[in-house]
Amino acid sequence: MLLGRTANGLYWMNRYIERAENMARLVDAGLRMALTRTQNASEEWNSVLLSAGSDASFTQKYSNYTAANVADYLLRDTSNPSSTMSSIETARNNARMVRTALTRETWESINEAWMSLKRMLAKPIDERDLPNALDAIKRETALIRGSFYGTMLRNEIFDFSQLGTYVERADNTARILDVKYYVLLPSISWVGSTLDNYQWESILRSVSAHRSYRWVYDADYKPSNIADYLILNVRMPRSLTFCYRFLTEHLKFLGDDYGERHACHATAAKTQAMLTAGSIKDIFDAGLHEFLANFIRDNTRLGDEIAQDYRFY
Amino acid sequence: MASQGSMRLAAFDEMLPEVSGLRKPYSAYDRWLKEQDPARLTEKMQDAERVFRKTGITFAVYGEQEASERLIPFDIVPRIISGNEWRRLTQGIEQRVQALNAFLDDIYHRQEILRAGRVPKELIAKNEAFLPEMIGVRPPAGVYTHIIGVDIVRISENEFYVLEDNARTPSGVSYMLENRETMMQLFPELFQQIKVRPVENYPQLLRQSLAAVRPQSTKGTPTIAVLTPGSFNSAYFEHAFLADQMGVQLVEGQDLRVVDGHVAMRTTEGYKQIDVLYRRVDDSFLDPLTFRLDSALGVPGIMDVYRAGNITIANAPGTGIADDKAIYSYMPEIVEFYTGRKAMLGNIPTWRCSEPDSLKYVLEHIDELVIKEVHGSGGYGMLVGPAATKKECEDFSKKLAAKPSNYIAQPTLALSTCPILTDKGLAPRHVDLRPYVLVSDRIQIVPGGLTRVALKEGSLVVNSSQGGGTKDTWVLDD
Repeated sequence: MLLGRTANGLYWMNRYIERAENMARLVDAGLRMALTRTQNASEEWNSVLLSAGSDASFTQKYSNYTAANVADYLLRDTSNPSSTMSSIETARNNARMVRTALTRETWESINEAWMSLKRMLAKPIDERDLPNALDAIKRETALIRGSFYGTMLRNEIFDFSQLGTYVERADNTARILDVKYYVLLPSISWVGSTLDNYQWESILRSVSAHRSYRWVYDADYKPSNIADYLILNVRMPRSLTFCYRFLTEHLKFLGDDYGERHACHATAAKTQAMLTAGSIKDIFDAGLHEFLANFIRDNTRLGDEIAQDYRFY
Repeated sequence: MASQGSMRLAAFDEMLPEVSGLRKPYSAYDRWLKEQDPARLTEKMQDAERVFRKTGITFAVYGEQEASERLIPFDIVPRIISGNEWRRLTQGIEQRVQALNAFLDDIYHRQEILRAGRVPKELIAKNEAFLPEMIGVRPPAGVYTHIIGVDIVRISENEFYVLEDNARTPSGVSYMLENRETMMQLFPELFQQIKVRPVENYPQLLRQSLAAVRPQSTKGTPTIAVLTPGSFNSAYFEHAFLADQMGVQLVEGQDLRVVDGHVAMRTTEGYKQIDVLYRRVDDSFLDPLTFRLDSALGVPGIMDVYRAGNITIANAPGTGIADDKAIYSYMPEIVEFYTGRKAMLGNIPTWRCSEPDSLKYVLEHIDELVIKEVHGSGGYGMLVGPAATKKECEDFSKKLAAKPSNYIAQPTLALSTCPILTDKGLAPRHVDLRPYVLVSDRIQIVPGGLTRVALKEGSLVVNSSQGGGTKDTWVLDD
């Protein structure tokens, strides 16, 4: 038994920790592209913002896509509710609210991450320091994850936290793919185009999978393999299938614990079944963009249902 | 600031009084201290600050926007009380706490003390802290104030006075516990050399004490919860800390609702009944149906549940009438009236500015007195005459003359001092003491409490909101 408000706090705390890190990952991928391919840098930054879901609000504030502007907006800007700084602040406020549900180590790691990032992101980041800053962000969230996994009891508190992590992560991976789906489209559209395999690398890099990809597939980047990896590979920790494996598992734990199944169980099971049964060819045939749009919609619905079924409000 | 020097009062130092030399309770500590390298002590002081900052033991200060989360400074020199001194103190406190509960029961029932003319009727009737809604209501187990933090000051070897009876929602107990925890981390060897009575079991005692005052109708183990105004409240850390240590839920008003005549909390498995609510919200926010309509912090209908005897609220609504500063001046009479004996712990002489003679005296001697708002707390809205500038005194006189009944005045006492560690070594600073008292079918006082210390040289204001710090408080097992 947990307060509905506490379950809500745990869920969002973890969504925002995940988001804080994803922002850094996106900027990292963008930076890499901008450094190696100066030609298309502005386009690359644009797609970084689209993946972050922040393009519209960015263009209200800035007129051009430069590394400095985008990095500032996605990492530091507190008027952007999804920036790393805003996310870590929201995560900490939620952690403060559910403090009695966290181990001391977990709370301290979140509190320290907040203190150190607040210090680091207080002033605009010099471009030369950007790689260090991104490393620092990923290190802080890794420390949070480490103390969380190392010390938390595997009970409902853990389950609600994991639900937040995986709903956010699935959303993030699906968005990155959706923004770049045209890169992965089968033959006709990319033959003869200027699209280079650096675009594919950028997709993998934004989910920190550019090295592990080569362990699983050929050394060459192939669109169908990349899509397969990020959508269907059950061992890839940021793939949609991986996220849903854990979402259904934690929902099952909750269902067993409470002796009650809800709408969210059915929704998660349906998505899970679709991911397990599908092949990447089927997905491409039916249209990658349509597939991802449906997925993002269902994933959002799952989040809403979890909130309702477990009385978050 | 310049006037601070002018009020160097001859204070009693609890470690090293000028006349008699090192006091016995401090002898073992003093021996240890003399063996320490001063540089190491300074290092330990910084360690302590890091520990507090890391664990997020912070304190929100109202009216200071930038520093919305500030640490209460912690001093590493303990305040030491001998076993004998403690026994005397606790007898006085127990007597006082009995009287407070008897007074509350009387005020909300037969009002004999008013009929006997020992406390003026107007003082109750016109008082905002008096809740007519509580008339005729008898709380479960007959206890009104369950958790009390009595502020005590010392002015000499044998003179202790009660400064305030915090009978509504005393805070600070988490600092007592964390201070001890920190001291044990920093100086484990000290606790092996000196037998200090433990305070760590306070959360367990609190839980047992709350369980003991559950409603009669409770079946099985009572469900206890701590009610907080939320994570932006200045004492939120403490609310979370206590709930955590007791192993009970920390709830907000938005989590609660009245279901089938009981107060229940919204959980992931539906609504679950609460039997005992340790509330840390003020009376006026408890129930928007009964008190403040605009309150989002409370629970609509909780007062009906309470009157039906289906929930224990600790401390009971309306308890504030017992620790009101205007009532304070009558405490000696109150203690005697209900216990039949003279108060063992004295009051500080107090002028009630509502009385014309007193007002005249206070206005004439404003630069010698401490003047407080009757309903104020936290050291806000008070004037320390000897430390104030002429202009400040004049301005305050105007406020006082405009609404005399809003103020009381007390002599500026030379509060005892304890040494703190400064850049230039040990230096005496004024302290007070807040022991914590739990009332159920018995009265329990944890050996120790919160020692608050004024960090500025010569300052008498120990409140954390006004730049005060805290110390670990040791009661010796001797």
